[in-house]
Amino acid sequence: MPRGLAGDAGDAVGRRQPARAFSGRTPFEPHHVCSVLPLGRTWRWVRLRGGWLDRNLRYVFPLPALAFIVVMMVFPLVYTLRLSCTEWSMSSMSPPAWVGVANYASLLGSDQRFSGAVWRTFYFTVLAVVLETVLGVAIALALNRDMRGKNLVKTIFLLPMVATPVAVGMVWLLIYEPTIGIANYLLSVLGLPPLHWLASPRQALPSLVLVDVWQWTPMITLIVLAALTALPRDPFEAALVDGATPWQTVRHVTLPLLQPAIVAAMTLRAIDALKTFDIIYTMTQGGPGFASETLNIYSFVLGFQYFQMGKASALLMIFFAIVLGSAIILSWARRPVEA
Amino acid sequence: MGVSSFKQQADIIRTPPTWVFRPTLLHYREVFGQYQFVHFMWNSLVIAAGSTFFSLLLGLPAAYSIARFRQSKLALVILVARIVPGITFLIPWFILFSRLRLVDTYTSLILSHMLVGLPFIIWVMVPFFESLPKELEEAAMVDGSTRSGAFLRVLLPLTGPGILTSSILSFVFSWNNFMFAVVLTGARTRTLPIAVFNFLSYSEINWGGLMAAAVVITVPILVIALVAQRYIIAGLTAGAVKG
Repeated sequence: MPRGLAGDAGDAVGRRQPARAFSGRTPFEPHHVCSVLPLGRTWRWVRLRGGWLDRNLRYVFPLPALAFIVVMMVFPLVYTLRLSCTEWSMSSMSPPAWVGVANYASLLGSDQRFSGAVWRTFYFTVLAVVLETVLGVAIALALNRDMRGKNLVKTIFLLPMVATPVAVGMVWLLIYEPTIGIANYLLSVLGLPPLHWLASPRQALPSLVLVDVWQWTPMITLIVLAALTALPRDPFEAALVDGATPWQTVRHVTLPLLQPAIVAAMTLRAIDALKTFDIIYTMTQGGPGFASETLNIYSFVLGFQYFQMGKASALLMIFFAIVLGSAIILSWARRPVEA
Repeated sequence: MGVSSFKQQADIIRTPPTWVFRPTLLHYREVFGQYQFVHFMWNSLVIAAGSTFFSLLLGLPAAYSIARFRQSKLALVILVARIVPGITFLIPWFILFSRLRLVDTYTSLILSHMLVGLPFIIWVMVPFFESLPKELEEAAMVDGSTRSGAFLRVLLPLTGPGILTSSILSFVFSWNNFMFAVVLTGARTRTLPIAVFNFLSYSEINWGGLMAAAVVITVPILVIALVAQRYIIAGLTAGAVKG
């Protein structure tokens, strides 16, 4: 059973099958085990301590990582939570002043920029994730056959995902450039009127969604392809025997079987799309006006351009709650449909 | 992008886009000469390698421990790390690092990039350790090795593919990182993404230079992707599909 968000720690659900067994090696004989690496002398002192270390391994091994997490993550989270109840501008010399829930009240109550940012964040995420899922699954189904050059296709698909977002943003800036960009040139070839793209408040956010779709559709495709190779054969043979058309097979056999993997991919994608920053900030900085200002951009501007640390912290706590809530709701949707 | 970076400014702004032009290395000379991109590349490299190395150092034993002792609570923490928006940590860090005079040092950047690298490495490595049979360690311990010795000498060599996958991607995430770098870099530690972004701040955009900069930042990633695509795919799809 595929798993993504929930319980990925091999908990009570039972042992997981090997993700990929080590390939191309023969398991060696037990009595050669200690001669794999010539480290014998170096580890003599470890062996002397071995009794103590082995007994406490379960505490000693995770300790450094845990220390990092506490110092660098848990503590900052608690600190931000405290800061969110203060009024503090870093540019002034005065210490933070305690204001209770005033920051939250002003954000949730009267802040037009905040409500706009919430709406734009969901608009961006839903539109991007839906488009990416539909396209990604369709492409995966089309690619799911033995064909030459499949690895080449996979490599090409990989590039948008690992490319530096800042560089991606720059290239799309040139593409969208109204007078010299390729986008309007292509439209003119097709006989369509030119668009303003990022320069227009109405087109900016959809233009950014398009970049996100270009960048992340391949991830959905790769995940679905990986899931397709792991599907059982029997249902397909049964469908064949029953004389199902290819379309019926896809609709009633393939897609239901893929559902957990697709939802998992959507969940991972949604969490990251909600937090999209690099592409939006490098291309529009939230503009024109506030037309593409999502929650992440707004909190960055509040914190690191206006230096209103208290209000920014409150905004981030709400933002965190939104992402966490979305993740939990989506992970409920992972249960396979009762057929 | 590649094509545009070899064009003169005049050729770039010609419409319709032209494929016939006199290629020029002018923009690359700009990028490496006037804008000191070698220096930014070095910064990016040090920070990416450093954060990956320390993430492995802390992450591998933790991943092993989670896998063997079923420490699912610890794994949950790693998940939350994926969900919390990065800026949430950035505000306290910025305050703390300012006080400690650590803004614009490699230390602060390596630490901040580990926030992405460490959870990711643990996330990828836990299933790898789970897939190795317990008998391997037991056999080693019968032979008089300690458990930690068995981990070092027997298990780590076997999880090679996993280590490769997670460290390559941890490196790439750090190389690409923009948000933390905007806040925590200064004149001395500026990384490539910031240098590329700074091209925008001129009144007339130098498109050729911008594209050359984008090429420079992308080429290393491109090479890594071509050489190690199998590992990268395994890493990027990790957590979504596991049999």
